[in-house]
Parts: sequence; C-alpha cells; structure tokens
Amino acid sequence: MDTNNKYEQVADQKTGNAKEAVVSISHLKKSFGTKEVLTDVSMELNRGENLVVLGKSGSGKSVSIKCMVGLLTQDEGSLKIFGDEVSELKEDALKAMRIKIGFLFQSGALYDSMTVKENLEFPLTRVLKLSDKDDIQHRIEEMLEGVGLLDAIDKMPSDLSGGMRKRIGLARTLILKPEIMLYDEPTTGLDPITSREISELILQMQQKYHTSSIIITHDMACAKITADRILVLSKGAFIAEGSYEDLENGPDELVQSFFK
Amino acid sequence: MTRSVPATWNKQFIAAGDQVVFMGTFFRNIFRRGFEWNELLRQCYIIGYKSLSLVGITGFILGFVLTLQSAPTMKAFGAESFVPSMVAISIIREIGPVIIALICAGKIASSIGAELGSMKVSEQIDAMEVSGANPIQYLVVTRVLACIVMIPILTLMADALALAGGFTASNISNKISAVLYFNKSFAALSFVDLIPAVGKTIFFGFAIGFVGCYKGYNSDRGTESVGVAANSAVVSASLWIILLDAIAVQLTSVFAYS
Ligand SMILES: Nc1ncnc2c1ncn2[C@@H]1O[C@H](COP(=O)(O)OP(=O)(O)OP(=O)(O)O)[C@@H](O)[C@H]1O
Ligand SMILES: [Mg+2]
Repeated sequence: MDTNNKYEQVADQKTGNAKEAVVSISHLKKSFGTKEVLTDVSMELNRGENLVVLGKSGSGKSVSIKCMVGLLTQDEGSLKIFGDEVSELKEDALKAMRIKIGFLFQSGALYDSMTVKENLEFPLTRVLKLSDKDDIQHRIEEMLEGVGLLDAIDKMPSDLSGGMRKRIGLARTLILKPEIMLYDEPTTGLDPITSREISELILQMQQKYHTSSIIITHDMACAKITADRILVLSKGAFIAEGSYEDLENGPDELVQSFFK
Repeated sequence: MTRSVPATWNKQFIAAGDQVVFMGTFFRNIFRRGFEWNELLRQCYIIGYKSLSLVGITGFILGFVLTLQSAPTMKAFGAESFVPSMVAISIIREIGPVIIALICAGKIASSIGAELGSMKVSEQIDAMEVSGANPIQYLVVTRVLACIVMIPILTLMADALALAGGFTASNISNKISAVLYFNKSFAALSFVDLIPAVGKTIFFGFAIGFVGCYKGYNSDRGTESVGVAANSAVVSASLWIILLDAIAVQLTSVFAYS
C-alpha cells in the first residue's frame, strides 16, 4: 500500500494529473504462424511511472513492446500511444511518435560498423538533425559519463564486453531524452554493481526528465529499485499486478517464484 | 477440376510483389531530404576501390586469353590482322560488361547481403528504425547508388586492361607496336558501341546493389539466414544480369545497328 501511495504522490507532483495513460493496450493478440504468443494483453502505462514487467523467458515480453513501436503489428486488439492507434499511423506520424519513444534492445543492437562515438552521434545528427560539433560532442560525453564509459568513446562495438555494449545501447537511446522508455532487460548479464548503477540511472531518468518507462527484467534487485508498479506476464496475458511488496507477499505461487 | 496454385508459386508471387514494393520504397527515399552524401562516398570507396584488383586482374586476363585463343584460328584464315579489332569488339560490347558484372555479383552483392542480413539479425536495422532514423535512406539508397556509379567505372577500367592484355598476348608471338595495335582495336569500334555497353552496366549495377540490399534487408531471424541472404543475393543478382543482358542485346540490335 505504501508504495502505491508513493507512486500517486509522485505522479501528482509531476503532472497534476494522477493517471494520464501514455500507453494503453487492450485485448492485444499476436501469433506467429500457429504459435500464439500474446493471447489477451491489456495494460496502461501512466505518465511519469516506472512499470516493471516480469515474465518467464519466451512469454512474449519482447514481442509486446515491439508491438508498441510498430516493429510488429498485432493481430487483434488496440494499442494506443499518446492516444493514437499505433497500427493505423502513417509513415511520418509513426516516425514522429518513435522519436518520443526510446527502445533499449535486449541485445544492445549497436551499429557494429561504427565507433561508440558514431553510434551516439547517429541519432543526434539523423533524428534531432543537430549540426553543431561542440554541442554534439558535449552531449555524447555527458551521456557516456552517465553510463560510466567515457573512456570507451573511440572503441568499436566488437571490442566491448556484453555489459559495456548494453550500457552504450542505453546511452544511445537515452541521448534523445525520450518521453517513454522501453527497457528490454536493461541489467541482464551485468554484475551486481553495474546493475545497481543502471537501475539508479533508470530512476534518475524518471526523476529528471519525467520519463514514463516500461522495464522488462528478471532482475528482482532492479525491479525493487525502479518499480512503481509491477505486472506479471504468463501464457500471453498479465496475471498479476501490484507494488513490489504486494506481489512479494501475495498468494500466487507463480508470482512468488520470481521473488525467490 | 479446381486446382489451387501450388504453394511455391504462391510464395514466388508474394516475393515478387515484395520486391516491387521495396523498389518503390527505394525510389521514394532517394529524393527524401537528408541525403547521406558521406555514406554514399564511403560505399563508393568500399564497393569500387576494394574491387579494383579483382576486376583489374580479371579484365587483363580476359583480353590476354581471348587473344591467345583466337590468334591461331584467325591465322588459319589469314585474318590475323583482325585479332585486335575482334578482341576489342567482343570485350567492350559483351564479355567485359557481363563477366565483370557477374564477378561483382559474387563479391559485392554477397557482401551487401551478408552485411545487411547480419544487421537485421542483430536488430541494428530495427534499432535504426525505432530511433526515428531512416534505415532505407542510410543503408539501402547509398549502397544501390554506389553500385550504379561504380559498376560502370569498374567495367570501363576492366575493358581498358583487357585491351592491354590483348596487346601483351599479341606481343608474345610477334612484335606489334602499341600504336598500331590500339589503332586497329579502335578502328573497329564506334562511339555507338560504348553507349549501350555502358548503359547496360548501369542496370547491372542497379541489379547487384538492389538484390543485395533486398535479400539482406528482408532476411529472417537467426544467424543461418545471414548466409542464406548472401547466397541468394548472388544467385538472383547473377540471374538478373543474364536476363538484363539478353534484353539489352535485343534492344541494341533494334535501335543501334539497324
Ligand atoms: N519475429 C518473430 N517471428 C516468429 N516468432 C517470434 C518472433 N518474435 C518472437 N517470436 C516467438 O515469440 C515468443 C516470445 O518471444 P519474446 O522474445 O517476446 O520472449 P521474451 O518474453 O522476451 O523472452 P526473453 O526473456 O527470453 O527475452 C518466442 O517463442 C519466440 O520464439
Ligand atoms: Mg525478450
């Protein structure tokens, strides 16, 4: 209950409007061939909120957030972002919407023909169309400092460790200061110390830029730090919802098993 | 009596339709704002400069071998003095463009297919798209245009080296001065020969770049699909080159030599 109150206060302070949904999904269905991945997904992401999604591997977490940015199209159901139905957006409108959304890929998805610096430069010059060299350099350095990898600025992605790549991927996404962030397993494969730093970075983004985030994770420490609210995905639908404490002490065994 | 179209046909039609749509997207994106000049230059460098030695050696040997092989036969007919012009005509009109395009299909289409395929598999293309950047403009337009620019240049260079190869081969059996050799070569050629010859290499370049990009950009998930993309890029680019050449030869004989 406490955490719920905390969340409502936070939302109140920031927007003066407790529950303004920036993402709302209802009865979403998605299958690949005969394989039903999402059967009935409904949820809302409120402005300024950190929403953690838990779920077993292969339960369709990545698929659901890929639908949100239009990389995949749902078979049935409605998916609205800022009130617009994503699957009905025209090319330019979709692009405009995507600029407001940051997407951290599970794999990092660094452009491997470019150095770290060029990776971060890419969205600045191509999306924000910045051209001032000093400004670009400044933003890149600031962002790399944020993820603790300033000294990797001239390295190629192939020379980085998995954890470093993930952090660079995070930096490349956050550099556009998105209104909505979709984190696909931001801390998986990282050591506990770095994980903690990343979790705190996510929290910082929320506080500094009022970012609304969906955080997919298996890392309960990360969930504990970042979550205002938690959803549990199983067999293509959400089966539980609540704060970290609610779910930890709840009755459902499947949900419990995430906390052990 | 109601027999459905076999499933494989169905797939072929869908793939053909897909390619047409992709081609439309490509052409639309050429004229979008924010053309990637730097990336185009970089691709020209990669596609052109890095194929120089392969294409150059092939061209030289083509001329060399063609001369060596045809000289004895021509001699039997007492037509030895026509060897330079025969070599020049066959290299510049037909052998040069087609062989060089096929070699480039093997080298360039496969590497484009593999590169874009692995970018697709590792979600780099998705990442570009999701960030609001335009991957077609950055990746596809630049590569296809670079092929359209570089393949004709590579072919012309190979043609020149093939003539040099022919000259070298002629000089093995009996001395012939360079001036005389090239005079004879060019005497048989007119400027009209060059237009369709270069013209078709532009289309070959388009086929190589476009097919490589299409196969890579639309490859499946999973690492093995990178290999599939590279391989099928070479196969269909080669097929396109042969088909385009057949069409070009027909058109040339109708328009240029009638
Ligand atoms: N593009 C696709 N084509 C076909 N099947 C897919 C595709 N994307 C995902 N799937 C399938 O959908 C299911 C859910 O995949 P998803 O990547 O969403 O899992 P996940 O919940 O993110 O798991 P993990 O925690 O391992 O990342 C898997 O069985 C996967 O094989
Ligand atoms: Mg996933």
